[in-house]
Amino acid sequence: MTTFAPAPARNTTKAILRSQIRMELLLTARRGEAVVLAMGVPLLVLLGAGLTHVTNVPGGDRLAYVVPGVLALTVMSTAFTGQAITTGYERSYGVLKRLGASPLSRPGLLFAKTAAVLALIVLQLVVLAAVGVAVGWHPHVTQILPALGVTVLATTAYSGLALLLASVLKPETTTGLATLIYVLMLAAGGIMFAAPGGVSEFLPLAAHAEALRATLSHDQPVPLGSWASLSVWAAVCVVAAAKKFRWE
Amino acid sequence: MSDDAVEVRDVVVRYGATTAVDGVSLTVPRGRVFALLGHNGAGKTSLLQVCEGFRAASEGACRVLGLDPIRDHDELMPRLGIMLQSGGMYPWATASELLHLFASFSANPIDPGTLMDRLGLHKTAKTRYRRLSGGEQQRLSLAVALVGRPELVFLDEPTAGMDTEARHTTWQLIEELRADGVSVLLTTHLLDEAERLADDVVIMREGRVAATGTPAQLTAAAGIDHLEVRAEAGLKPEVPFKVTEATPGEYTIAGTLDAAAIASVLAWFAREGAQVTAVNTRRRTLEDVYLALTAEQLTTGKAGAGR
Repeated sequence: MTTFAPAPARNTTKAILRSQIRMELLLTARRGEAVVLAMGVPLLVLLGAGLTHVTNVPGGDRLAYVVPGVLALTVMSTAFTGQAITTGYERSYGVLKRLGASPLSRPGLLFAKTAAVLALIVLQLVVLAAVGVAVGWHPHVTQILPALGVTVLATTAYSGLALLLASVLKPETTTGLATLIYVLMLAAGGIMFAAPGGVSEFLPLAAHAEALRATLSHDQPVPLGSWASLSVWAAVCVVAAAKKFRWE
Repeated sequence: MSDDAVEVRDVVVRYGATTAVDGVSLTVPRGRVFALLGHNGAGKTSLLQVCEGFRAASEGACRVLGLDPIRDHDELMPRLGIMLQSGGMYPWATASELLHLFASFSANPIDPGTLMDRLGLHKTAKTRYRRLSGGEQQRLSLAVALVGRPELVFLDEPTAGMDTEARHTTWQLIEELRADGVSVLLTTHLLDEAERLADDVVIMREGRVAATGTPAQLTAAAGIDHLEVRAEAGLKPEVPFKVTEATPGEYTIAGTLDAAAIASVLAWFAREGAQVTAVNTRRRTLEDVYLALTAEQLTTGKAGAGR
């Protein structure tokens, strides 16, 4: 028998990427805290702040304010908090190094991670928007394209920031910091009640939430300030991540 | 371009002020098992990481299967099997999921089930990686390295943490790899492992090559065979070898002792009219060579067959 006779052959890129994306999604579904962070918290905020009067929100329509904020929060939790934590641990476990040295290759691994995060975000947004509509939110579907545009920009900024943190900090520190930022943003980022004056122009979460409110809830164009803020965040974070990213 | 599996020329690896690998050259021919032997910190893993493309050499050149491990990374990787010293796996994925993932990267992988059976992993197929014992994690890592039918495998301390049975299974597997034409570069600090498996051994010490050759050449070239002679106490043999009389009347003559040398030593005892009651010779093992080469008092230059 010549079980091990050399016959290396890379599978097709499509098959390799499909397999890796499936693994990324499987592992996300398997982590309990990730699922809670991804769906439980946003649902709670949506129903709690959207349907009761526990907080004061600007304007008369609570859902028009709260639902877009929850969508923006969800994008942040998956693209930033979740991704920073998993990437930090995967780096410390040597997974990034090992998979980068397989036929998957490093660009393939980054592509698969991005695709898995995007797939997850799309799934979450569809579910949350459906819940929002079910309880009485009336989105303007004609504004879907600009809303998607700012969402892609926000996802890019968050992913860059997540990979940056995961590369320069220890995984425990990354987890602590990413969770802290999430909690601070949840509390004061303009999701459940209006953020302190001026904040919205600078923070990606508030800028993203404002843009989604303008488009989906109010049928308005994306405010220039939101485009500017998100573009700067995306550019700075991606450049910094590209410079600092570490495979091991 | 040579057709060797690995060619390393004057490679230096520095981490800040520390020099982990200090001018190493070696050639791994195809279809052979090549062992890098040395203490922890001798530079074995650093050198391996250069060959695997994880780290750029600070100086020198490295070709693997005729390719540059960093520049030609994506072309080279499907042809390599890499077993890291530890980790590299998702802790929350099961053994079977991990092996199937790596198998799916290859167009015609070895059947994962067969490989798990061969490595005694079938009982742990549904166990998550973080729940596997150290030895089981090592065996899974080995299976992952082999599943894509590679031409060349890099095994970093392949049997570390394995029990005796798993170690023997792994050794048989590595012998089978060689028989099937796979080239193997492994690191180890286990002398019996190197002696049993390796066609060629490089002994590394403080980032340098201390000696290189087949296990037989190394034991012969080290010049530390022993001849033990029992005779009356207090003799002062005048022979060109190191003589010790540890207990009265028990002489140990150490050096490169071929038949002529042994004859000349015994001839001295005969000329002295000594009452020789016992003679014993001992060919040294790789372990003795290793200890002699890595002992602090011996200089690397004196210690034999380095290229």
